[in-house]
Amino acid sequence: MGDHEGDDRTRRVVFVTVGTTSFDALVKAVDSLTFKQELASKGYTHLLIQMGRGSYVPTKSEGGNSLAVDYFTFSSSIADHLKSASLVISHAENLVGNNELNMSTIFETLRLGKRLIVVVNEDLMDNHQSELAEELADRKHLYCARPQTLHQTVADMDLNSLLPYIPGDATPVAKLINRFLGFPDD
Amino acid sequence: MIGYFKLLMMDKGNGCSFSGVVSTGTFSCAIVVVTLILLRILYVMYWGSRPFGGKATKPVSTLIVLGSGGHTAEMLNLLAVIQKDRFTPRFYVAAATDNMSLQKAQLLENSLAEENGTRVPDTAQFMQIYRSREVGQSYITSIWTTLIAMAHALWLMIKIRPQVILCNGPGTCIPLCAIAFLFKILGIRWSSIFYVESIARVRRLSLSGLLLYKLRMADQLFVQWPQLHGKYPRATYVGRLM
Repeated sequence: MGDHEGDDRTRRVVFVTVGTTSFDALVKAVDSLTFKQELASKGYTHLLIQMGRGSYVPTKSEGGNSLAVDYFTFSSSIADHLKSASLVISHAENLVGNNELNMSTIFETLRLGKRLIVVVNEDLMDNHQSELAEELADRKHLYCARPQTLHQTVADMDLNSLLPYIPGDATPVAKLINRFLGFPDD
Repeated sequence: MIGYFKLLMMDKGNGCSFSGVVSTGTFSCAIVVVTLILLRILYVMYWGSRPFGGKATKPVSTLIVLGSGGHTAEMLNLLAVIQKDRFTPRFYVAAATDNMSLQKAQLLENSLAEENGTRVPDTAQFMQIYRSREVGQSYITSIWTTLIAMAHALWLMIKIRPQVILCNGPGTCIPLCAIAFLFKILGIRWSSIFYVESIARVRRLSLSGLLLYKLRMADQLFVQWPQLHGKYPRATYVGRLM
């Protein structure tokens, strides 16, 4: 992948990331013809899919007049892909979970100020990931979708209505712990 | 009364009656012991959630449980702002299957040591712990693995005996917290347990959080969303860590 930023001013990448697990329903959804057409009509030029352990393999495409599609399974440089993307579509599991490779991809994306759609996997048993995705969507930091509604979300989204995410701060916790133990405030 | 003793004397040879008296004795002894233990547990629960009076001056030995992935990321955010000279020495524990977390803690400690001109082994130690249950493991085999994990956790806790425990889930911290609570009851060591619920929990506590909250094992339980504080009033709302 020659992902050099600034190579091409018109390059607008959609980066889809599944994380360390699999999420075939998401990969299938972004690989559908209508979805790719939707992305192209929104002015995106590239679709890059990190598919994780999934078994569904999307179709590569050189692009030309339409959307260029490429994929890979894992990468140690997820951060670079996030940086060069115009839109990130992420598996909700990337919020936290036991995700060592791309730990907290979603917070990383938010901190970078990238536009983000989080897709919830409803097949997972302990689906607490949607709690946070929905909360952050309510606060307009990102869009939250299901694989079957992703197409509609992209068609309807108004990326300018998203609000910037201000990173959290651990000092209140540290202060309370100090106070509890009897350490003086600084 | 005298009649009762006569009866006892008469029946001395009768093992059945004798053991009856013994069992009455044991029974009342047991009741006393159980009552004392319960009182002690209530005492620990009551004082556990209350701040220490007075001024702390000495540094406290601190056990930091790294939960892997996002949990570790949140914990490292907390460690970044905590006064390292107060929370020392630091013992880092992570699941044996998680090699990233300890590496990250090691990086943090290395840069700290470089800043202060100290040696890492003097301020920090890194340890691994067996997990009671891996994601997707069957519940039957997890009984056995839980026992091993408990024994290992006990061994670690005997070695560390921390004054402060910082943890934020998932389950890795539960055996350690349970043993710390037991040590408190037995008077071996009074550890203050601080649990920070993950940012991913907006409406419901995680199983670990719920256990520590309901059994009052955590001295303080912090939550990152106001909805959780509404539902669990003893939890302290602290805002987002990420």
